[in-house]
Amino acid sequence: MSSLETFHYDNETVRKFGIATILWGLIGFIVGLTIALKLIWPDFLGFIPELSYGRLRPLHTNAVIFAFAGNAIFYGVYYSLPRLCKTSMWSRKLSDIHFWGWQAIIVSAVLTLPFGFNTSKEYAELEWPIDIAITIIWVIFGINMIMTIMKRREKHLYVAIWFYIATFVTVAVLHVVNSFEMPATFLKSYPVYAGVQDALVQWWYGHNAVAFFLTTPFLGIMYYFIPKAANRPIFSYRLSIVHFWSLIFIYIWAGPHHLLYTALPGWAQALGTVFSLMLIAPSWGGMLNGLLTLRGAWDKVREDPVLKFLVVGVTAYGMVTFEGPMLSIANVNAIAHYSDYIIGHVHNGALLWNGGLTFAMLYYITPRIYKTKLYSVKLANVHFWFATMGAVFYVIPMYWGGITQSLMWKEFTSEGLLQYPNFLETVTQIIPMYALRAVGGTLFIIGATIGSYNLYKTARQGSFEADEVDEAQPIIDPASGHKESWHRRLEGRPLQLTALTLVVILIGGIVEYVPTALVKSNVPTIASVKPYTPLEIEGRDIYIAEGCNNCHSQMIRPFRSETERYGEYSKAGEFVYDHPFLWGSKRTGPDLHRIGGKYPDSWHVRHMYDPTSTSPGSIMPAYPWMFTDDMDKESIPNRINALRKVGVPYAEGYEDLAIRDLEAQAEQITRSLHENGFGQIDGIEITSDKQIIAIIAYMQRLGIDIQGNVNPWENLPSSDRIRANFTPQQEDE
Amino acid sequence: MEVIYMLIGFSLIVALIFLALFIWAVKSGQFDDQYTPSLRVLFDNKKSTKQTNNNKNRDE
Repeated sequence: MSSLETFHYDNETVRKFGIATILWGLIGFIVGLTIALKLIWPDFLGFIPELSYGRLRPLHTNAVIFAFAGNAIFYGVYYSLPRLCKTSMWSRKLSDIHFWGWQAIIVSAVLTLPFGFNTSKEYAELEWPIDIAITIIWVIFGINMIMTIMKRREKHLYVAIWFYIATFVTVAVLHVVNSFEMPATFLKSYPVYAGVQDALVQWWYGHNAVAFFLTTPFLGIMYYFIPKAANRPIFSYRLSIVHFWSLIFIYIWAGPHHLLYTALPGWAQALGTVFSLMLIAPSWGGMLNGLLTLRGAWDKVREDPVLKFLVVGVTAYGMVTFEGPMLSIANVNAIAHYSDYIIGHVHNGALLWNGGLTFAMLYYITPRIYKTKLYSVKLANVHFWFATMGAVFYVIPMYWGGITQSLMWKEFTSEGLLQYPNFLETVTQIIPMYALRAVGGTLFIIGATIGSYNLYKTARQGSFEADEVDEAQPIIDPASGHKESWHRRLEGRPLQLTALTLVVILIGGIVEYVPTALVKSNVPTIASVKPYTPLEIEGRDIYIAEGCNNCHSQMIRPFRSETERYGEYSKAGEFVYDHPFLWGSKRTGPDLHRIGGKYPDSWHVRHMYDPTSTSPGSIMPAYPWMFTDDMDKESIPNRINALRKVGVPYAEGYEDLAIRDLEAQAEQITRSLHENGFGQIDGIEITSDKQIIAIIAYMQRLGIDIQGNVNPWENLPSSDRIRANFTPQQEDE
Repeated sequence: MEVIYMLIGFSLIVALIFLALFIWAVKSGQFDDQYTPSLRVLFDNKKSTKQTNNNKNRDE
């Protein structure tokens, strides 16, 4: 104990992340409850565009994942990492930039998603300028973390730190790869990948966002806070190491299990399934390691709300990671996918695993940095029970409703007909379950509000310690005698130099490979599949802006129950011009891939204005603003250009003709509506420059190309010039 | 569909990063001692007084 060094822990940053966690958490939960109520009463809050289901749903998921869980991760890291490394964070300035940058990103999400600016890619909905900001802030966090680790005073990197490192590395790669997109305007972009490719990249990202944003950082948190709260070492440190390395090696491959029975090649589906099944071993290893830490200390769990939340969190983690591999088995997936079962599955994880660990942290850290005791243990217990019962009331109805609905989709009569040919029957059946879910969500929010009050009172009664003093000995590194520049040292190590060179080459290779791979794959495999017309692009972009893909899939799986209900199953070659893919992940409404030509235009007019007029009892929201809002013609040339750059074969110079084509096609649709007595609805004149016309054009185009007998470009003014410029493969039918 | 090769590439890169970290961790002695790190995390040798010092369950 000779040469002790004194240093400070920055509790101010920790405190700020804690407050942000609570505030964004409450907002995220309330938005979630709002959309839950909208599934019971579609007219709840009226039909305001910014508050419609399709626009609020991504706001809810982003708020809970990146604002609530995200801030909670940083809260845990900024508290535990310096203490584990026996040093202060490397740069206070970077901590500050990280905190405010992250909050600014969240605010920009709040300012874009409800206004219809989204990419439609689940959990990656934010548009390209925000994507770039996320990358920068994430790297700043990574630099701060890694530099802190570099100058630690503790030689051993405790297992929690390993989880933090894995989180940083993998999320960076996932986010960057999934965000390759071509900007068309300031807030509109198209992914460079199309169709099947886009789906694969998205679910590689989506799955690993769950893995490396909602799992590994929280496992790190678990490995720090359970031992601290229980005041006993982790059950097996050896197991925690095995757990870590096996988990991160396996997780990254499991993404394709989100695409079972889709147009993804079978071998990729099989790969995803195998790795997903293997995941159960490391997941349960970690879960048991956490719970077994408490053997002999369960008396403490009875008293300490921190441990209660940790225990219920880890238990939920065990349940969810059992379900995950099971849901990856093709036959189980065939029942659960697209149903509410998955919503229950993710909320089991989100409410109890992420929520439980987050509240445990808040109850653990707050009294410590405020140098006081928890204001009320009793209130914390009340919170615990509200949270647990809330989750139970949420999750069980969703499981029940999901399986009910899925079985109804698949039920045939003895004559071989669909038992429930009307999709709506399968929705109205589970509305009581939606109501119970809303009850669960309400309970959870009440609990969180009580918890916030308790934490506020705790802070008020304590005195905040912004800089906490600690002291430790520096690491004595025997090799630190002579100092050389890093490059000089590297030159003396040919093997390492080669490895690094290889990495640099790989990066260059990837940058070149991306466009190459994409151009090649854009050769259509189905000759009759053509690019969208300008009006259909506008309709598709409105579809994306309104978040229709949150409720409607565009992927008919090769099951008899689906081909019977929707028509010919979806083929990979049909999606080659789909930037982004819109297969959806949940069916609250029916699949739309073969909706083209199924109903007359006038049906769509009535359906969009008031869904219950065509489908009594429907819980789809109405879209009256599509009848009064103008479509965006000005940016059509930019969008044509952007789509051409990612491989859609629009002829050079077509952007100049595009608006004329758009107007001509819109005029045709409007005229035929007027001829059929739909010149107006509810006193609103239907004119050719309104959004409804574009959405009709898109709907009527969906899934018809494969028939090979319709050419949507035929009646457009520039069809001759387009014909001359399309490549021969697209030309002949 | 060719994008799958790219994703395999990226997955491999991430896996290789972790493999390199693993090899480094083993070589630098991170895992030589698989017991004391789990104990050391419990000790805060800071001078500030803590209100919840509960040592009676420590079983070492």
